[in-house]
Amino acid sequence: MIGQTAPAARLSLLRAAFVIARRDFLAILLSKAFFFFLLGPIILIAVSGGAGAIGAKAAKNAHPAQLAVAMPTEQAHAFAAAHDRIDPLVSLPAITLVDPMQASDPAALLQRSGENYGAVLTGSLTQPVLTGTEDQIRKWQGEVALLAATASGADQQSFPRVVTESTTTSGAAKKSARAGTATAALTLLFLLTMLLAGMVLSNLVEEKANKIIEVLAASIPMDAVFLGKLFAMLAVSFVGIAVWGGIGLAIMGATGGLTASLPVPAVGWPLFVVLFLLYFAMAYLIIGSVFLAIGAMAPTVRDVQTLSMPATMLQLGVFFLATYASTDLGSPVELAAVIFPPSSPYAMISRAAQVPDLWPHLVALAWQAMWVVLFVRAGSAMFRRRVMKSGPQQSGKRSLFGKFAR
Amino acid sequence: MDAAPSVTPVSENDMRPLAIEARGLVKRFDGTTAVDGVDISVPEGAIYGILGPNGAGKTTTLRMLLGIIDPDEGVRKVFGHSRPHDIGRLIGYLPEERGLYPAMKAVDAIGFLGALRGMPLAEATARGRELLEENGLGHAADKQIRQLSKGMAQTVQLLGTLVHRPRLVVLDEPFSGLDALNQGKLERMIRSLAEDGTTVIFSTHVIAHAERLCEGVAIIAGGKVPYAGSVDAARDRIPAQVRLETRAREGAWRAALPADARHEGDYWYFSLPDSGIEPLLRALIEGEAGILSLSIERAGLHDAFVHIAGEAAARALEEGNAAEQGQ
Repeated sequence: MIGQTAPAARLSLLRAAFVIARRDFLAILLSKAFFFFLLGPIILIAVSGGAGAIGAKAAKNAHPAQLAVAMPTEQAHAFAAAHDRIDPLVSLPAITLVDPMQASDPAALLQRSGENYGAVLTGSLTQPVLTGTEDQIRKWQGEVALLAATASGADQQSFPRVVTESTTTSGAAKKSARAGTATAALTLLFLLTMLLAGMVLSNLVEEKANKIIEVLAASIPMDAVFLGKLFAMLAVSFVGIAVWGGIGLAIMGATGGLTASLPVPAVGWPLFVVLFLLYFAMAYLIIGSVFLAIGAMAPTVRDVQTLSMPATMLQLGVFFLATYASTDLGSPVELAAVIFPPSSPYAMISRAAQVPDLWPHLVALAWQAMWVVLFVRAGSAMFRRRVMKSGPQQSGKRSLFGKFAR
Repeated sequence: MDAAPSVTPVSENDMRPLAIEARGLVKRFDGTTAVDGVDISVPEGAIYGILGPNGAGKTTTLRMLLGIIDPDEGVRKVFGHSRPHDIGRLIGYLPEERGLYPAMKAVDAIGFLGALRGMPLAEATARGRELLEENGLGHAADKQIRQLSKGMAQTVQLLGTLVHRPRLVVLDEPFSGLDALNQGKLERMIRSLAEDGTTVIFSTHVIAHAERLCEGVAIIAGGKVPYAGSVDAARDRIPAQVRLETRAREGAWRAALPADARHEGDYWYFSLPDSGIEPLLRALIEGEAGILSLSIERAGLHDAFVHIAGEAAARALEEGNAAEQGQ
C-alpha cells in the first residue's frame, strides 16, 4: 500500500523552521486565544501611557531645568550671589552663567541639545528679559524679578519689570518629553514581550502535553523546532501590532492627528518606529529563547511552570534596570543595561528616544541577534540532553530536585 | 554520506547492505546507564524487533538510532549516515507516546507530518487523504483529532509516519494500546511494507509479535543486548525438545534415553541428542519400546528469551504484558 520512492534529502534548517512556524502561526491565529491576545494591549497601552507620564515626571525631577543667565559679567555675578543668598530660604531654579555672546539668540540657546535650559535670562538687572516656554516663564518670572531686585540692591517694593519672550519649546522641555517617550516605549516593549514570552512557553507546554514533541525532534533538528516556534509567535505579534496600529491610526485620523501632541523622539518618528519593531523582535526573541530553554530544561509541565517564575522575575529586574538606566544616559549602569542581553533592547529603545546617534543601534542589534542564536542553540542542546529520557515521567519535584536530594 | 555502509549480516549468509548499524552505543542519564554497549545490525528490507521488558533501554536505543539524542559512546549509522537528520526524508518514526495536535484535522495532521519529512504540504495532505481512504478512514479525514477514537488517532499517526514513503520505518511499541483487530491490521501493514522493500524496526515487550513478524531480533535487558541476530538462530540456542510416547513402560531401551529425560503423564520429554534422532530411534526399536508417537519441537522465542536474557528479564517482560492487559 505504500510505494517505494522517497527523495533522499533533508529539510534545511530554515525550511524546517518554516514548517513549524507555519503550523504554529495558523493554529494561534485561528484560536480563541488570539482574540484575547488582541484585547490585551488595550490594557497595556493604558498602563504604559500612565508609566510614560510617571517617567516624564521622574525625568523632570532627575534633571531639573536650569535658568541660563547671560547678562553682562558683573551683573551676572551679582545675580548669582543673590541666588546663593536667597536659595536656602526660597526654592529657586538652578542657574548657569552663560557668556552673553552665546546668548545672542536666546531661543537658539534654548534649543541646543545636550543642555538642559528651561529659560534664558538676558538684558540687565534693571531690565531683565526672560526667554522660554510660556509655562516656564509663568513659573520663573517672579523668582527672576526677586533675584534681579536683590542683586541690584533695589528695595523689594520696586521689583524690575521682567520682559518676557516666549518660545514654543526648550531643550529642557524637549529632554523631559523625550524621557517620557523613552519610558513609554520601554514599558510598552516590556509588557508586549512579557505577554508573548508567556505565550511561547504555553505553546511548548502544549507540545509536551500533546506528546508531539518527540515526533518533531525525530523529524527535524531541535534548533529548527525552537526557531519555528519563536518566529511563529513573532509573526503573530506583528499581526497584532498591525491590527493595533491600524486601529490607532484610524483613531488618530478621526481625532485630527494625535502625533502633533506626542514628543518627537531624538531619531525622529519613522526611524523610531522601525527601531521599536526591531528591538521588540529582539527583546522577544531573547526572552522567548530563554523561556524555551527553560521549557527544555524541565522534563514535566509542572517543572516548566516552576522554572518560569525566576525567568519572569528576571524580566522584571531587566525592566527596572532599563528604566533606571534611561534616566542616566552614558553612565556605567546604562552601559551595563545595553550590554546585558535581556535588557539591551529596552536600554537601546530608550536611547533611541533620547539620543540621535544611529551607529550604536547597528552594533546593539548585531549583539542581540548573536545572543538569540546562542540561546536557541543552548536551549535545543539542553532539550535533547535532558528531556528526551525514556520511561515514565518523574514527578516535577523528584525530577527537578532529585539530584540535590540524593 | 559519511561512508559506504559496511555489510554485516543478521545471519552469517546475509550480504544485504545495512539500513541500521550501531556499535557500542552507551547512554547515561544522571549517572545511570540506560543503554550499555548496544550493537545492532539491521539489513535493508528486514523486519527487525527490539525485544525486552519495560525500562530495558529499547526507547533510548531507538532515540539514539534516530538522532533524537546522541550516544555518550559508540557509533550509529542509518543508511551509512552518522547524522540521521541528514536523511530525515528516508525515515518514518512512530514514538511510543503517540501525540497529535488535538485541534488539527486528521488529513492536515498527516500533511503536517509529511511536511516535517520534506514533502510539499499540499502533496502530503493529498496523499494523506488517499491513505485515509485506503485504510477505511476516509469519513474521518476532516474531523479534528480530538473527535477521533484512540485507535483511529493512532492509525492517523501511523499513516503520517508513512506518508512520505520512507525506506526505514521505526515503530516504538506499535502494538501497545491496540485491540486484537487493530494489532492484526498493523501486522499485515508491517509485512506489506517489508514486501515493498521497506526496512521496519520495532520495539516490543510482546514476544509473540516479534516471533510472528521478525527476521532478526535484538534481545535487550538492563540496557545490554545479550543477543542480536536472526530469530532462528536465537531459537537454535536451545536444543529441540523431543516428546516420546511408548507402549512399554520398562525395558533395556530406557538406557538409550538422554540423561535429561523426564516422564510426565504418558510422555517422555528430553532434549534432542547431539547425535541426532536416528541412533535413538534405532535403540528404541531394537529395545522393543513400542513407539506410539514421537515429535520433535523446536524451542520458541520465549524459551530462547528466557535462556538468553534470564528468568528475571522474562518475568519483567510477562509483568509488563500483564500490566498492559490489565489497563
